[in-house]
Amino acid sequence: MARAVTQQRKIINTAAAWGVGLLIFFPILWTVLTSFKTEATAIADPPVFLAFDWTLENYSAVMERSNYARFLWNSIIIAGGSTILGIIVAVPAAWSMAFVPSNRTKDILLWMLSTKMLPAVGVLYPIYLICIKLGVLDSRGALVIILMLMNLPIIVWMLYTYFKEIPGEILEAARMDGATLKEEILYVLTPMAVPGIASTLLLNFILAWNEAFWTLNLTAANAAPLTAFIASYSSPEGLFFAKLSAASTMAIAPILILGWFSQKQLVSGLTFGAVK
Amino acid sequence: MGQIKLNQVTKSFGDVQVIPPLDLTIGDGEFTVFVGPSGCGKSTLLRLIAGLEDITTGHIEIDGSDATDVPPAKRGLAMVFQSYALYPHMSVRKNIAFPMKMAGIDEDEQNRRIEGAAKALNLTDYLDRRPGQLSGGQRQRVAIGRAIVREPAAFLFDEPLSNLDAALRVGMRLEISELHERLKTTMIYVTHDQVEAMTMADKIVVLRAGVIEQVGSPLELYHSPRNEFVAGFIGSPKMNLISGAEAEKNGATTIGIRPEHTDVSMTDGMWKGVVGVAEHLGSDTFIHVHDTGLADMVTVRITGDIQAKHGDTIYLTPQMDKLHKFDAQGLRIE
Repeated sequence: MARAVTQQRKIINTAAAWGVGLLIFFPILWTVLTSFKTEATAIADPPVFLAFDWTLENYSAVMERSNYARFLWNSIIIAGGSTILGIIVAVPAAWSMAFVPSNRTKDILLWMLSTKMLPAVGVLYPIYLICIKLGVLDSRGALVIILMLMNLPIIVWMLYTYFKEIPGEILEAARMDGATLKEEILYVLTPMAVPGIASTLLLNFILAWNEAFWTLNLTAANAAPLTAFIASYSSPEGLFFAKLSAASTMAIAPILILGWFSQKQLVSGLTFGAVK
Repeated sequence: MGQIKLNQVTKSFGDVQVIPPLDLTIGDGEFTVFVGPSGCGKSTLLRLIAGLEDITTGHIEIDGSDATDVPPAKRGLAMVFQSYALYPHMSVRKNIAFPMKMAGIDEDEQNRRIEGAAKALNLTDYLDRRPGQLSGGQRQRVAIGRAIVREPAAFLFDEPLSNLDAALRVGMRLEISELHERLKTTMIYVTHDQVEAMTMADKIVVLRAGVIEQVGSPLELYHSPRNEFVAGFIGSPKMNLISGAEAEKNGATTIGIRPEHTDVSMTDGMWKGVVGVAEHLGSDTFIHVHDTGLADMVTVRITGDIQAKHGDTIYLTPQMDKLHKFDAQGLRIE
């Protein structure tokens, strides 16, 4: 029997949900609001919420000072490239772990995840040196590969969980039907795992988009993505909150829009397998 | 063209040998049923033939050529799984077309074969549906359709009917038998249901713990089971196995008498007992008799109906020419 929910209870729950939602969203909202203020209003005490003179001057200043399009393009290349490359590497890995596991499969999965437990800064020095030696510092290619490697454990884990849900007999049927390994993965496994692969793609794109450690440390001018674009507005000598907010808003807008339109995919992907 | 030969085939999982050395020849066009209790290795054996499991030692020959190391895709066999294993993201048409697409058959020929299979299996109206929109019986027919269109050297069926309800099972059983009559292709069928085995097979292979207990036609197995295990496994209700003084009188360690080979009287007979449960099926009556002093329970089968209630005294007389005798090792004495 369904639990009886009173009207009063419903109102309280709804209000609480909205409260939590607003609390989480507030910093983003504040950033967006600040981006429309003048520098003086931005640091006004007490802070002004809505009653200020809205202005676009920060945006025009930011556009004048930096080449937004180039940062955006770098972000797209780096996040997109590392995600696609990651999927190409992770699908066969997850396939083998899900469908032909060995006694060591569980250990390997844990070991892969354990690499995420190491603080990134721990390997900054060697990776920085390698990049110098190879002459790939400040190149998009290097970042694509490094971010792919950083996110690979998560991609493999997510795909592994999705693949585990696919009955092995269907793949065996494909084998009996004359499919080679490649055809089996391409025509049967991948289409069946599309929802899972889509949410993996999306999540990793977001992770790579927001990644600020490697992108800041390994780029200067050429390959700098939007994270570097934001960082360039947080200068220690003078705080230009309004311009920083405008830059931040421009940097998160694309991913926010992408996330908004694919939220159904994201939620179903993240809660996949919870209910069977 | 569809002869399958197993030569000293063994299979081990780790240290556990599930199939001890086994020899078996399945003739071209034969309908062979592997039957046995759960865990007897019948499905494993089928998967070894399919190539889905690697054999540990020995050889498998298909069509006269060594297929031991040939991957499943290249063995020319088609398999129907218990779970149907249809591709959920493809329409029925695409499911059936899949093996032909893999084999590179041209599209006109594909369509011709799909239409043919769909007509034979009553699937014409469902070709554009997804498997999720079909009933269990229809899904199983799609799985069979997918197997037929490849024109394989042999069909492998792994308990294909156990997910269906009883009425559908009987219908599908007939359809598969008719399919075999029409195609005359070798079929290997795995089941734990001895009724399926008896009704469908040309040849039954009875397995226990990976060992072949007997190979023969359904009636050979019924009339002259090679040992006590086969005697008890084939036939429904089960054969009554009786040991002790009554068996020694007949020069055997154990004697067996089928429920249908025992005459029943309420007044006199060879063995006296008390009626436990009487199951009235209309056409037949099964009576479970206790306190005979022979075995815990003796089951008899009578054609038609008989007025026997719980607690009634009943007399049983076995038909002596239908008596099976087994020695101390459980083997048949002729």
